[in-house]
Amino acid sequence: MGLELFLDLLSQPCRAVYIFAKKNSIPFELRIVELLKGQHLSEDFALVNPVQKVPALKDGDFTLTESVAILLYLTRKFKVPDHWYPQELQARARVDEYLSWQHTNLRRHCLRVLWHKIMFPVVLGEPVSPEVLEITLAELDLTLQILEDNFLQDKAFLVGPHISLADLVAITELMHPVSAGCPIFDSRPKLAAWSQRVEAELGPPLFQEAHEVILKAGDFPPADPSLKQKLLPRVMAMIG
Amino acid sequence: MGLELYLDLLSQPCRAVYIFAKKIGVPFELRPVELLKGQHLQGFLPAGSPQVVPILKDGDFILHQSVAILIYLSCKYQAADHWYPADLQARARVHEYLGWHADFIRGTFGVSLWTQVLAPHIGAPVPEEKVTRNRAAVDSALQQLEEQVLGDKAFLAGPQLTLADLLALEELMQVVAMGRDVFAGRPRLAAWRGRVEAVLGADLCREAHGPILNVLAQAASKQLPQPPAEFRHWMLLRLSRIP
Repeated sequence: MGLELFLDLLSQPCRAVYIFAKKNSIPFELRIVELLKGQHLSEDFALVNPVQKVPALKDGDFTLTESVAILLYLTRKFKVPDHWYPQELQARARVDEYLSWQHTNLRRHCLRVLWHKIMFPVVLGEPVSPEVLEITLAELDLTLQILEDNFLQDKAFLVGPHISLADLVAITELMHPVSAGCPIFDSRPKLAAWSQRVEAELGPPLFQEAHEVILKAGDFPPADPSLKQKLLPRVMAMIG
Repeated sequence: MGLELYLDLLSQPCRAVYIFAKKIGVPFELRPVELLKGQHLQGFLPAGSPQVVPILKDGDFILHQSVAILIYLSCKYQAADHWYPADLQARARVHEYLGWHADFIRGTFGVSLWTQVLAPHIGAPVPEEKVTRNRAAVDSALQQLEEQVLGDKAFLAGPQLTLADLLALEELMQVVAMGRDVFAGRPRLAAWRGRVEAVLGADLCREAHGPILNVLAQAASKQLPQPPAEFRHWMLLRLSRIP
């Protein structure tokens, strides 16, 4: 059995891993784990990954979770082009810096926007007050400002003139609020231009394919009540 | 000018950077930044850097985020392999830990300094439910850390000490400093801590942990500096973000 990737393209980190593997022609078996059907909570999946999270990678006996760990593993094992994660010390440090910052900043706020705007009220039937949603949207706005001012600035890509893991992780995160109907690029022409460059580098067909699921977030049906019971505690822990 | 590290030892990631730099013998200038005096907002950091600590300045190169700084130092100063192993799978385990750490430890373990010391210090109210929620989050993380993350291993990412252990230790020490012995009743974690500190060295740990371990006493004897007005505003915003 070759490399297996356990993914649900509903999840931002799964999209980044999927796009990266496809873009770099890394051979893998795709194992879809449908979060909204609770498949990550199944006993079968627990055997693969006791932490019951996606994305997960299985390479022979080696099982790995956490998207940044997976992306870096794939980068090194399959010797992808240098620009993704440069060898040069300072260039690489910039990618490390972004990947660290994003986990508790952009990722967090993009996730909360999708959940507060769509997933809680529509899918899980848990209403979210306008005040909470407003705060969540304001926090996202502040984070987008930091993304533009501290990271992108006047560069073509987040850490320099070439696309890197930073851009891939960022764009897949931003598609969460986009799918929730937030016009995040409308008042941010710099960010909009950057997103178009990233999409062009990744290739529109691959980008569209990876985002097919999340772009339908507005039409997700309500989850059945028993599933909701199972999902809710873990979601609450994740959203914080 | 050589390498500079802008640090406040009250901050968990700053301590991790400080201990690491000392331990592997990085020649650096320490630039103390007193967060409680709002110095990170008052031009004590290099021009162009975000208003956070830790910050590394190496010539014109300015870097933030403790993980990035630790990896940079590890590579530039050729730290012993165990810190950030070259082996593909061993290194992946370090990053796997850091991903989990970002979700369950970072943020969460820093809250009690704010609720127990900083909020009272500026006379800001703290809803009891935030304290309760945080305590539950800390408990849950400690249980996961001991039973699933550490398990039967000697260190968090494998058989040897890595950057992961250093970052984790400093977060746990933040809660310890607030008067809660997170190692009591958790024998595996206690043993792990002993192993980590044995590698780091008792003197270095004592030096790095001194300021944070002294904060409660300073607060009680009214010796904490009064934050300036603009920092109060920032502190209130930070408090409002506690879930």
